[in-house]
Amino acid sequence: MLRQEPIKDTWAEQRLFNNRVIWALAGMLLLSGLLTNRLIHLQVVEYQRYADLSHGNRVRIQPLAPTRGIIFDRNGVVMAENLPVYQMALIAEQVSDIERTLDRLMELDLIDDEQRERFFRARRGKRSFEAVPLRYRLNDEELARFSVHRHEFPGVDIQAALVRSYPLGSSAVHVLGYVGAISEFDLKRIATSRYAATSHIGKTGIERQYEDQLHGEPGNRQLLVNAQGREMDPKGGASEELFRNRKEPVPGSDLILSLDSRLQIAAEKALGDRRGTVVAIDVNNGDILALVSQPGFDPNLFSAGGMSNEEYFALQNNADKPMFDRVLSGTYPPGSIVKPFLALAGLEYHAVTPGQSVLCEGYYSIPGNEHRYRDWKKEGHGITDLHDAIAESCDVYFYMLAMELGIDRIHAMLADFGFGKITGVDLPGEKKGLMPSREWKKGAFSRRSEQIWFPGETVITGIGQGYMLATPLQLTHFTATMATRGKRFKPRLVTAFRDPLSGEITEIPPQELAPVELANDRHWDEIHKAMAAVMNTPRGTGWAAALGGEYKMAGKTGSAQVFSIGQEEEYEEEEIDERLRDHALFIAFTPLENPQIAISVLVENGGSGGRAAGPVVRQVLDAWYREQKQ
Amino acid sequence: MIFSEGEQFRPNRAMSFAGRTLRKLCIDGPLLTALLLLAGAGLFVLYSAGGQQSDLVFRQLVRIGVALAALLLVAQIPPKYLRMWSPWLYLAGMIMLVLVLVTGATGKGAQRWLDLGLIRFQPAEIMKLAVPMMAAWMLHDRRLPPGARDLAKLLVIVLLPTILIARQPDLGTALLICASGILLILLAGLSFRFILLAGGLAMGALPILWHFMRDYQKQRVWTFLNPETDPLGSGYHIIQSKIAIGSGGVFGKGWLNGSQAHLEFLPERSTDFIFAVLGEEFGLLGLLSILVAYLFVVGRGLYIAVHGQDTYCRLLAGSISLTFFIYVFVNTGMVTGLLPVVGVPLPLVSYGGTSMVTLMVGFGMLMSFQTHRKLLPT
Repeated sequence: MLRQEPIKDTWAEQRLFNNRVIWALAGMLLLSGLLTNRLIHLQVVEYQRYADLSHGNRVRIQPLAPTRGIIFDRNGVVMAENLPVYQMALIAEQVSDIERTLDRLMELDLIDDEQRERFFRARRGKRSFEAVPLRYRLNDEELARFSVHRHEFPGVDIQAALVRSYPLGSSAVHVLGYVGAISEFDLKRIATSRYAATSHIGKTGIERQYEDQLHGEPGNRQLLVNAQGREMDPKGGASEELFRNRKEPVPGSDLILSLDSRLQIAAEKALGDRRGTVVAIDVNNGDILALVSQPGFDPNLFSAGGMSNEEYFALQNNADKPMFDRVLSGTYPPGSIVKPFLALAGLEYHAVTPGQSVLCEGYYSIPGNEHRYRDWKKEGHGITDLHDAIAESCDVYFYMLAMELGIDRIHAMLADFGFGKITGVDLPGEKKGLMPSREWKKGAFSRRSEQIWFPGETVITGIGQGYMLATPLQLTHFTATMATRGKRFKPRLVTAFRDPLSGEITEIPPQELAPVELANDRHWDEIHKAMAAVMNTPRGTGWAAALGGEYKMAGKTGSAQVFSIGQEEEYEEEEIDERLRDHALFIAFTPLENPQIAISVLVENGGSGGRAAGPVVRQVLDAWYREQKQ
Repeated sequence: MIFSEGEQFRPNRAMSFAGRTLRKLCIDGPLLTALLLLAGAGLFVLYSAGGQQSDLVFRQLVRIGVALAALLLVAQIPPKYLRMWSPWLYLAGMIMLVLVLVTGATGKGAQRWLDLGLIRFQPAEIMKLAVPMMAAWMLHDRRLPPGARDLAKLLVIVLLPTILIARQPDLGTALLICASGILLILLAGLSFRFILLAGGLAMGALPILWHFMRDYQKQRVWTFLNPETDPLGSGYHIIQSKIAIGSGGVFGKGWLNGSQAHLEFLPERSTDFIFAVLGEEFGLLGLLSILVAYLFVVGRGLYIAVHGQDTYCRLLAGSISLTFFIYVFVNTGMVTGLLPVVGVPLPLVSYGGTSMVTLMVGFGMLMSFQTHRKLLPT
């Protein structure tokens, strides 16, 4: 440090330094002013905005699910309700070794492989403090078993939840439908904000049709949350404020059905384990009293996620199609059921009179054509008038009548009853069947040669075969119209809404449809008489079913062809494969004077209508009369 | 006469007992009081910000104790010795910086720590003091304002460690060390023509710098300018911090009642963003009080600098004081959204170890300068 340096001017340097310090002070004050200005801007000018943001940060709105409406039958029997069930859930952050915990739960037989797998799927995207369901619907025994070992499972929780429950099991499943977990597909048809807290939605049946009314309006509560969304315990005034802002959910409306669960069960029992349908309608207002489509399934399986994949696929792929509602979606050739309606057209258009007879030799041929349209009775019915033709179900009579009327007039009359149109019942998925006409054929076929209506097609329309298709619900609806002499009501299931809080009931008036009007009302009496003869004369095809009954009914048997037989072959029921046998059909109404109830029965591959479907009709109506007496 | 009738020159009998004790311990009373007030307030805020964990506060208390001991120790050392050790400290610091780059332990993705068996510490902390010390030592017997050659030497002294630290990478500390050197040069009387020239060059370099920046760096600048564009990513800190401060209002939500901090919306709440916790719980009044306390510390430091005995003392004391202010401003500016997010803690208040000791050692030097002054100017 012995370098040669110029002499330092201490005074000048001190002055220079002091000068710089003053500049520095000025700079400091400037920056401090800038900062203060910023603070005032944040904490005074924009205070409200940041206070709101801070509030929004910490308060989360949690939607609360409304309670789904309860479904009652006409007598107040509960058909769908919400029951508390216990489910097991796991909170990941409270479990030290998830694998070991699951192993131990499996040892105790509380979960199986599939539930374990499903847990890992459900866990994705959940935060570690959120409960992930492990197992739904623990029964009392399992609950007890878990309780004994509870100390081994920190972080495994039992939670109570409301789950849709159908106390009658598979009974009326095709009416009620079922609820299932909301799918991607469902999300497209609902307002997601309304379903924020809801896990299940109506998939079919009433549950689907009346989803809006059953669901209710969600409420919400406010939670204090931290940055990770974890709920915190509010302190002091905060808890009161949060509680004040709570909005209770509005429960969904209860529904009262027209269905009579006792009649429904009787009809299910009468059909037994055969595939088929039973529909009973109150003819004076369209109320559906029973609606059976067999086989069915237990809707309870869907509601709590308790169904395994295998069970679901088994249901889906079952050859008997238990998930298919035959009553609304199954379309069948009406067969001889159509005969009374055709007869009515014959009278109305003066094609026949009640006294006119034809000779039935067991077959019919169009003049100038060799083809023989055969009667079900090989030797023929002999001399047959309209009355006998309905009672004995003479095919030849109706081949001739159909030719006499022509397809246009047949179409006109049957369309008035509603053939080929949906009934408008308050259930989803109704099919409209098919009432063929010249017009229809032009549209239905692309080849010109096929667009022409052939006379032979008119002939077989006379016995309800060919293109003609109707659902069992339609057949019952037509029967009811026949019973009321043309007065028509839209078939319905929900007759009233019930406010779950006040218990107040809002009735829905029955909906009358355009009636079938005849030029001469005596024609109704003719057909009623003939249909009564079906049941009440020894030669009638329904005689066996009505035998010994304490009441009188009118009816008509039918069989719908599944499989055509050749010109010269015999239809031998025993020799044909069960699945290719005719469907047995039966319609009826009762009592004869002032009818009350109309019924249709279909037994798939049951063969003869009188033999297979008749006893079912009898049993259901017996049950109905028994109830009327009480 | 530089000194008017300062109290330092009154006879001993006029001084109080406390005054005499402080004198004996080489302590500057006003400065110590302000430092203790700040550190004490920091403990209160830390208790709230850290989720009311007493052990966190206790650990910080221990650090303050250690730092105060270091302050006391350094205050005893006469300035002459500090000056003499300056180049050696600088040299040792540089060696350790190189060592860190070669072998350093990695913490939080950057090589900053040197493991010396017993203790692990960041050599950059030493450089915070060693750089201004070295610069002051160099200028001590030079004529001021410094000439072009001296200026060039000074730039090397300042920029060499800056670059090494920036490579660790620890950009925040590098910039602060650079700032302490630059401030010292400015205090040394660098002519305003130079300052304007450098400023102009820097402004001109900005577009070029932007051109050479990596995408993520550009992104950082962009997010700084518009934090709302990336509310969940890099803008999250700033948005939450502004919400915390803004929602505090004039009077604050009250101690332990800051929802932003307690519900964990505010990140780094006990370290870099503790100023936001203070703002949320104590409002504008709390923040301005703290700010006044900081300004008092800096003001007292500048007072000591102005009364410094020689060039070394004046320059070093001035640099330490102004750098302290820079710390405060960079941190508060960052937390309030005035400046980009660089990891600079709020001095004396933020939870953390090494920087507290460095700060207190710096203030210890200030006290040494103040208390070891000879009665008459040389």
